[in-house]
Amino acid sequence: MPVKHKTTYPLTLPDCEGDILQIHELNFAYPDGHIALRDVSLNLCSGDKVALVGPNGAGKSTLMLHINGILRGEGDVAVSGLPISDENLPVIRALVGVVFQNPDDQLFSPTVFDDVAFGPLHMGLPENEIHQRVDEALAAVQMQGFGERLSHHLSMGQKKRIAIATVLSMQPQILVLDEPSAGLDPRARRALIHLLRDLPQTMLISTHDLRMVQELFPRMVIMDEGHIVADGKATELLTDAALLETHGLEI
Amino acid sequence: MHYHAFDHYHAQESRIHHLDPRVKVLLTIGFILSNALLPDGSWLAFAAAWLLLLWANDQTRLGLGYTFRRSFVALPFAIAAVSAIFSPLGQPLAEWNLGFITLIPTDFGVVRFFSILARSWLSVQMAILLVATTQFPDLIHAFEHLKTPRTLTTIIAFLYRYLFVLTDEAYRLLRARSARSAGLPGKHRGGSLFWRAKVTGSMAGQLFLRSYERSDRIYNAMLARGYSGHIRTLNPHTMQRSDWLMLILSVLLLLFIQIIGWYR
Repeated sequence: MPVKHKTTYPLTLPDCEGDILQIHELNFAYPDGHIALRDVSLNLCSGDKVALVGPNGAGKSTLMLHINGILRGEGDVAVSGLPISDENLPVIRALVGVVFQNPDDQLFSPTVFDDVAFGPLHMGLPENEIHQRVDEALAAVQMQGFGERLSHHLSMGQKKRIAIATVLSMQPQILVLDEPSAGLDPRARRALIHLLRDLPQTMLISTHDLRMVQELFPRMVIMDEGHIVADGKATELLTDAALLETHGLEI
Repeated sequence: MHYHAFDHYHAQESRIHHLDPRVKVLLTIGFILSNALLPDGSWLAFAAAWLLLLWANDQTRLGLGYTFRRSFVALPFAIAAVSAIFSPLGQPLAEWNLGFITLIPTDFGVVRFFSILARSWLSVQMAILLVATTQFPDLIHAFEHLKTPRTLTTIIAFLYRYLFVLTDEAYRLLRARSARSAGLPGKHRGGSLFWRAKVTGSMAGQLFLRSYERSDRIYNAMLARGYSGHIRTLNPHTMQRSDWLMLILSVLLLLFIQIIGWYR
């Protein structure tokens, strides 16, 4: 993975109609009757870096679980033009890299290597390519040499990076991250921001860290009570104090 | 996200819901004991026990068929009783030759099989009713009042409390795994059976490690709040007149069922 530092970050929105992710009027209710998503429509273009913000319980995580078909609501979801169906699911899971909020869920193998190699192994890649991908993924998150370490003995910041490496090794087109900066100390948070800035993939990242949004994401989507209530340039939305306050957000 | 697979309490305003949990526990145990003591083939007594069960169902206002609909969970256990059909006592009814073994059902065996079935089916339904009408903490409390050893009730209470945490944890692990279980067109997907088994094995190991570490943290948190070996609870349960009445009435009904079973 080429790690190239950009000095100026383009804070403009790409001009397209959603070539990589299309969500159209998605509705979802949990089995206990709680309605989590109401008429959610969202398009993502290649190279888009989108922050998904909103209070706890707004439906952000639920929406993210629809993008790789772990949850299946009513409505249309298509990744790279492929509608989500049982048949397309394996390919879609290779296209979409979901990193869960708690890295302890993501890291279920004894060693870091086993975890990062899980995706490529499941995809049936040859052994030398698996080794190459694991090395690349660990290098991308600057965790070279951690392959033989035990996952549950790492620090929170290290676990978060390894969790991202576990999906980078699958070479996905979209990265979907659930609150990546939660629970990190300032230094680890800074390192994560640099990492996210340098990754070339399309990103949809849920977060409460609006200063990170300001710094990193050209586009911002606000969710509240299962609705998308705003979708536009982060610079504009972040200056709308009334909007932020209505939906319980603070810079 | 939570699994409610184990939580079977159904809130409702009814006489049975408001009954002292000790009475409910005693009556359930009494009912199960009474069924176990009835002789084989005492169909009239089984029918009387069934009527008692229906009456209890009706009293809970959950509907007459409430426990019946939920009783099928116990069906697989009935398979254990199938061997009773081929009891060597009694007159043979037929001879089934399965090639390697010859099975001979007898009249005595068939009666015994259906009696076991009736007993377990009735007993399971009463237990379902107990769980549906009593909150779990009340149930534990009742067992404590009935002099069940504290260690045992404490273990059960913790088991119940952390079962949900554990299933949630397992569920999240499985979800994270399926999120990365991808495939490429034209490539074999899922790796070898051995590798998959290894992954599942290490997931189980992770779950154990985490539960173990969590139990340490919980214990420290308990010590920090002054835990000294047993959990103290306030005692909100006192036997009312209606509780005594229900207890006496039901015990009399159970005795009546026994009399039908043994002297009819």
